[in-house]
Amino acid sequence: MASLDQLIEKIRENHRIDVNEALVLYREADFLTLADLANQKRFYHHPDRIVTYVVDRNINYTNICVSGCRFCAFFEPPDKDRGYVISRQALHDKIRETLDLGGTQILLQGGMNPGLTLDYYTGMLRDIKENFDIHIHGFSPPEIDYIAKKSSLSIAKAIAILKNSGLSSIPGGGAEILCDEVRQQVSPNKCLSSQWLEVMRQAHLQGMRSSATMMFGHLEDDIHIFQHMDKIRTLQDETSGFTAFIPWTFQPGNTKIDIKKKTGAEYLRVLAMSRIFLDNIDNIQASWVTQGDKIAQTALFFGANDMGSTMIEENVVASAGVDFMLPREELVRLISTAGFEPRQRDCYYHLL
Amino acid sequence: MQISFIDERLEDLYLKVLKNSRLSREDGIIIYETHDLIGLGRIANHVRKALHGNRAFYIYNEHLNYTNICKNRCRFCAYAKDKGQEGAYVFSIEEIEKRLMTHMDEPVKELHIVGGLNEDLKFDYYIDLLKTIRRIRPHATIKAFTCVEIDYLSTLAGLSLEETIKRLKEAGLAMMPGGGAEVLNKRIQEELFPRKIGHERWLEIVKAVHKAGIKTNATMLYGHIETLEERVDHLISLREVQDETGGFSAFIPLAFHSENTELSHLPPTTAVDDLKNVAAARLMLDNFEHIKAYWVMIGESLAQVALSFGADDLDGTIMEERITHTAGAKSAKGLTRNQMEDLILTAGFDPVERDSFYNPVNGLA
Repeated sequence: MASLDQLIEKIRENHRIDVNEALVLYREADFLTLADLANQKRFYHHPDRIVTYVVDRNINYTNICVSGCRFCAFFEPPDKDRGYVISRQALHDKIRETLDLGGTQILLQGGMNPGLTLDYYTGMLRDIKENFDIHIHGFSPPEIDYIAKKSSLSIAKAIAILKNSGLSSIPGGGAEILCDEVRQQVSPNKCLSSQWLEVMRQAHLQGMRSSATMMFGHLEDDIHIFQHMDKIRTLQDETSGFTAFIPWTFQPGNTKIDIKKKTGAEYLRVLAMSRIFLDNIDNIQASWVTQGDKIAQTALFFGANDMGSTMIEENVVASAGVDFMLPREELVRLISTAGFEPRQRDCYYHLL
Repeated sequence: MQISFIDERLEDLYLKVLKNSRLSREDGIIIYETHDLIGLGRIANHVRKALHGNRAFYIYNEHLNYTNICKNRCRFCAYAKDKGQEGAYVFSIEEIEKRLMTHMDEPVKELHIVGGLNEDLKFDYYIDLLKTIRRIRPHATIKAFTCVEIDYLSTLAGLSLEETIKRLKEAGLAMMPGGGAEVLNKRIQEELFPRKIGHERWLEIVKAVHKAGIKTNATMLYGHIETLEERVDHLISLREVQDETGGFSAFIPLAFHSENTELSHLPPTTAVDDLKNVAAARLMLDNFEHIKAYWVMIGESLAQVALSFGADDLDGTIMEERITHTAGAKSAKGLTRNQMEDLILTAGFDPVERDSFYNPVNGLA
């Protein structure tokens, strides 16, 4: 096993590190050593002092979900009466408002709702595309896996149908931790790690791009964090389909997992490790929604080159009692006062 | 330690630091101007580690604000009220006693006491206040009154500065916080706090206090109308006093909160500016032992980060912070000992519970 100094040297020379090496670095390296390494990688991938953001809105088309994830404060089980499915009118209003605010895309996600058929999804996508010129970033892998199973379709076929109906790219949500021993404890009814990865593989093979996320700070051990990143990195070697990686911390409020929330410093360590480990993913996104404005700005020096979305609407994290509001002007101020040029981007990280 | 910098100007600065040379006004301005935040942090962290290793201090303390009625009415203050105004209050000595008695089970090591310049209070009130607290909490350090209050008390008592300090000390005053300096600058005083004592008087008082054998902290309120040059000059003024008296214990950069003040149009300070102020303090104030990251003002998470940018102290449990929260602070009002320790540990440092004078204390006492 290499010493810490040898590891640091290896990273500076742009060599790839493995899971065990990542674990050593994560546990032993000084806070600012990690920041420095991540910052150098950030400028290696993005020599310009540009930090991007996207103007979009989260639209949660339903909160009814059979997954029953223990970390989720948003969902309603099908037999309760607080569940909803969005009306077409509400959907149109939200999209129109997004476009009026200079938005370029919607993040369309919802629960695994047994009352919805394939026609519902394709109908919703077509309806949006017929009425609006907007990018649909929608349906995380657990939703696609669920839709495919319910309709007795292969994952590839389900994706092809959704794509044909107007779906443009896939958000990396629902990954949580891609290690089944953790995953089955926190979200027992959600697709397995291999199925999550298979959805992404098939989507990438059909020419769709996606992001990847990681939610940590619940029941995982340190090693699972790097096993997760390793699975993402391996698939990226194969497909090059991931646009960005977005780690965030579990928000324990109103959930069934009683655990101490990860601190800002812990988040920044993992964020820096993401930049260092994921040498084949261009963009690392800061999570102001879970971390607040100060740590999100600090994240720009710990490997992040993207501030994520202005989030005209966000419901899921808010239902866990976390409520950071950051309008576009404030996002732009945070980026520019950190010495970077703020630039709006689209879903593919093209500057607008 | 080898550090590679994105901003080349930091290389010279680092060499100076390695040679223990004092940084100049120009160096101070570079510290505030640079966009190489990590490079700057690493220099400050080098100094911080040389002084304190991996230790990070905190204290089991309690804040007590005896009145919010104040004749100064500084423009940046959300806390002060006029007499008779809704929400105006003053605690009687009996009320203070009752407040302290409600949590005698908590091992408070320090009481941090500041208040407004309330013209209804007599000098005896302050003496009684100190004596009462000393009686109820004989083992806690009384850290009370800014230089602004000391100036006012001297006039109130009709006593010389020296005699005023002597009487307060006899009644139990053991240390003083660093507030009321704001930015030591005439332009800023005239614009923001015209009725409060200015630069020269503040320095005169703090020197007198130090000469009377009372340690104080020092602060700077940043993030309002001050320029970078004015910040650096403020730090240099404090550094000169410290050369002369050696009476400063810690320096605490104070991030301005504008909500409910006359300056509410100003945006909050950014993380980058907060961290630069910590680093600037650590590097410019080479004769100060301690730099505090005040979690109430910059938030718990950024205070953790600040431990790697030059800070060695996270202040304390506080129990009930009132002043910054009136101006819109989003942090907790108080933290438990476990929370303080967790913040320090997860930032990669070793927590040390301290008393007012940075002696480690047994947490069970």
